[in-house]
Amino acid sequence: MTNHKKTPNDSLKGTLYATFGIGIVIIIVWAICFNLFIDRF
Amino acid sequence: MTTAVTNKEVKEKVQREKSNFKKADFIKVDRKDAKLALAHLYVAFTALLLGGLAGLLQVFVRSGAFKLPFGIGYYQVLTVHGVLLGLILTTFFIMGFQFAAVSRTAGTLSNTQRKLGWLGFWLMTIGTIAAATMVLLNEASVLYTFYAPLKAHWIFYAGLALVVVGSWIEGLTQILRYAQWRKENKGETSPLLAFMSVVNSLMWFVASLGVAIEVLFQLLPWSLGFVERIDVLLSRTLFWYFGHALVYFWLLPAYMIWYVVIPKVIGGKLFSDALARLSFMLFLLFSIPVGVHHQLTEPGIDGFWKFLQVVLTFFVVVPSLMTAFSMFATFETRGRELGGKGVMGWFKQLPWKDSRFLVPFIGMVAFIPGGAGGIVNASYQMNQLIHNTIWVTGHFHLTVATAVVLTYFGASFWLIPHLTGRKLTDRINSLANTAGILWAVGMFIMSGAMHIAGLLGAPRRSEYSTYGGSEQATEWITYQFAQAIGGTILFIAILLIVGVVINLLWFAPKGEEEFPVAEAASGSSRTPAILENFKVWGVILVALILIAYTFPIIDIISNSPAGSTGFKFW
Amino acid sequence: MHVHKYEKWWLTFGTATLISFLIIIGVTAFHAGAHPNNSKWTIDYEKVDQIAPFDNPGVHKVENKDWDYEVVLVASAFSYNPMEIELPVGSKVRFIATTKDVIHGFEVAGTNINMMLEPGYVSELVTTVDKIGEFTIVCNEYCGMGHAMMYSTLKVVDADDNSSH
Repeated sequence: MTNHKKTPNDSLKGTLYATFGIGIVIIIVWAICFNLFIDRF
Repeated sequence: MTTAVTNKEVKEKVQREKSNFKKADFIKVDRKDAKLALAHLYVAFTALLLGGLAGLLQVFVRSGAFKLPFGIGYYQVLTVHGVLLGLILTTFFIMGFQFAAVSRTAGTLSNTQRKLGWLGFWLMTIGTIAAATMVLLNEASVLYTFYAPLKAHWIFYAGLALVVVGSWIEGLTQILRYAQWRKENKGETSPLLAFMSVVNSLMWFVASLGVAIEVLFQLLPWSLGFVERIDVLLSRTLFWYFGHALVYFWLLPAYMIWYVVIPKVIGGKLFSDALARLSFMLFLLFSIPVGVHHQLTEPGIDGFWKFLQVVLTFFVVVPSLMTAFSMFATFETRGRELGGKGVMGWFKQLPWKDSRFLVPFIGMVAFIPGGAGGIVNASYQMNQLIHNTIWVTGHFHLTVATAVVLTYFGASFWLIPHLTGRKLTDRINSLANTAGILWAVGMFIMSGAMHIAGLLGAPRRSEYSTYGGSEQATEWITYQFAQAIGGTILFIAILLIVGVVINLLWFAPKGEEEFPVAEAASGSSRTPAILENFKVWGVILVALILIAYTFPIIDIISNSPAGSTGFKFW
Repeated sequence: MHVHKYEKWWLTFGTATLISFLIIIGVTAFHAGAHPNNSKWTIDYEKVDQIAPFDNPGVHKVENKDWDYEVVLVASAFSYNPMEIELPVGSKVRFIATTKDVIHGFEVAGTNINMMLEPGYVSELVTTVDKIGEFTIVCNEYCGMGHAMMYSTLKVVDADDNSSH
C-alpha cells in the first residue's frame, strides 16, 4: 500500500479539505442571501 | 471499461484485480426481471423526450421571440413539462432501477412478486396516459402541483391516483423480496442496494399518503361534483406533506448509485456500509415532517409550527453532509490506491473518460450550489427573498434536473445494456460524455440566469410578459434570453441522451455489461443490527410526523373558512 | 460503527453552521419580529367587496397604531385593486390583502414583501419602506391564463413638506 509512512488520517486529508470547501460555499451563499434580505424592506 | 493507469506498478495491480473478478461480478439480472425493469425505462425516456421538448418551447416563449402554434397554451405546456419530468420520468426510472437493484442483490423475484410488479407497472402507465390526455385536451392546465381551487377534469386526478397506487404495489413487491431475503438469511446484514430500495419505497409510501388523501377525499369528489367546496389550505398542506418527501424519493436512488455503484465503477470499495445505511434511515425520518417549509409565506399556519418544521428541515441536511464525505473519501481512497500523491493529486487518477463516472460526477458537483440554495430557501423569513421567484426554478434544475437526472443517465449507460445483453461501446461512451458536458454548460447558463433573475424578483411559472414595460421586468427579460440559450443546449443534450439510450436498447453489439455493485473494504466492521430495525425507525418516523403535523392540521381544519368552489381560468 | 476523525470534524463543523443559521433566523424572527405572513384572519371570500376593510381598498393613513399606513388590497383574476400604491419613504406600513377567487401571489419585486393570497384568508405583513423607488408588484402564483398580466406598482416617494410625520 502507498500509505506505509503516513499516518492513516492523512489518507483522507483531501476529503477533509473538499468537504470544508463545500461548507464554505454553503456559508458564503447563505451570507450573501442574508445580507440581501437584511438590506431590503 | 478500463481505469486510467499511470505506471507499471499500478498496471500490474489493475491486472491482478481483473483476474480476481469474483463470480459475483457476472451476476446478471434475471431475464424476466430485466423485462420488467426495461418496461419502466421505455416510459421514463419517452417522458424525458416529450417533457424536454416542452421545456424548450417554454424558454423560447419566455425569450419573447416565439409564440406557441395551434392555440397551445403556455401553462398547458408547463403542465406537460412538470408532470412528465417531475412525476413520470422520475417515478418510472426509480421503480425500474429499484426492481433491477433488488433482483441483482437480493435475488430474482418470485413469480407472484413479478406479477405484482407488472400490475403496478400497468396501473402506473394507464394512469399516466389518462392524466396526459386530459392535459393535452386542455382540461388540466393546473401545473404538476395542481393547487386548488383551480379545478381540473376528474380524470386528471384519477390518472395521477393510479400512478401513485401502482407505485405502491411496486414498492410493496420490492419490500416483499427484501423480506424474503431476510427470512432466508436470518441474522445477516442485507444487501445494501436492496436495503436502500426498501427504505426509499417505505418513505415514498408514507409520504404519498398525504397526496392520496388529498386526491381521494378532496379533489376527486370535488371535481366529480359530489362536493361543492374544498378546504384549500388543507389540500395544500396535504400536498406539501407529500411534496417535500417527493424530492427525497428522487434523490435517494441517485444516492444509492453514488454510494454503491460508483465506487465499483472506479474500481474501489464501499467507504462505509454502516454510515450509508445510517444516512438512509435519517432520510426516512426527516424527509417527511418538513413539508411546511414550502408554505412559509402562506396565511393560516402559525409561525411556531413553520419554524419547528424549518428546524426539522435543517436536520435533513445532515445525511447529505455525510454523503459528501463518503463520496470524497471513496474517490480519495481509490485515487491514492492508483498512485495519486499529495493532498489533491488522487483526483487526477479518477476515470474521467468513463461516462458511468463522469456524468454522475457532474451531478454531484451541481448538488453543491443546489444544496446551498436549498438551505437558503428553508430559512424561514429568508424564504420571502425568493419564494415563487424563478430562483426556485433555478434551484431545482440543479438538484433534480442535474444531480439526480445525470446520475440516472449515468446508471442507464450500464444498466440498459446489462438488461438488454449488449455492451457500452467506446463510441457511445464518448457520446454520453459529450451529452454530460453539454448538460453542464447549458444548465450553468440557464440555472445561473434563473438564480440571478429570481433575486431581482422575476416570478416563476410565468409566460412572457413586459409587466407594463417596467424597468425591473425589462431586466428580467435579458435573463430569460440567457435561459433560452441554456435551455437550447440542454435540449440538444437530451437528444444525445435519447440517442445513446436507443443505441443501448437495440443497436449496440451484444455482450456482457456489468451491473457494478461495490463490496465493503476488507477489515470493515459489521454493520450494527439496529440500522436494519425498521420497527424502531418506523416508530420514530410516526412520532416525528405526529409532532410536526398534528397541531397545524387540527388548527387548519378548526379555523377554516367556507371552502372554495372550483375555477377554470385557463 | 467506526467514524473517521475527519468525518467527525466535518459533521461538527456542518452541524454548527446549521445551528448558527437557525439561531440567527430564530432570533431575528421571534425577537425582532421579522416573521413572514402568519395571519390567521379568515373571511368569506365570496363577500370580500362588502366586508371591511376590503370595501375600501387603497392606501390609508392611520393614527394611534403601531404603523403609519395601511394598504388594503384585493386581488382577483387578473388584477390588483388598487393598481398603484404610493407611500412616503420611511413610513411603517401594514399590508392587508386577500383574494376573491383563486390563489394569487403578492410579490413586491426587489423587496421582502412576498406573500400568498388564499381564498378565505387575509394575508398581512408589516414593514418599513425605507428606500425610494418604483417597485413592480407581480402575481407569482399561477392563477390562470392572465397570470403574467397581473401586476401593479409600489411607489416609495420622498416625503413632501405637507405630511404630518
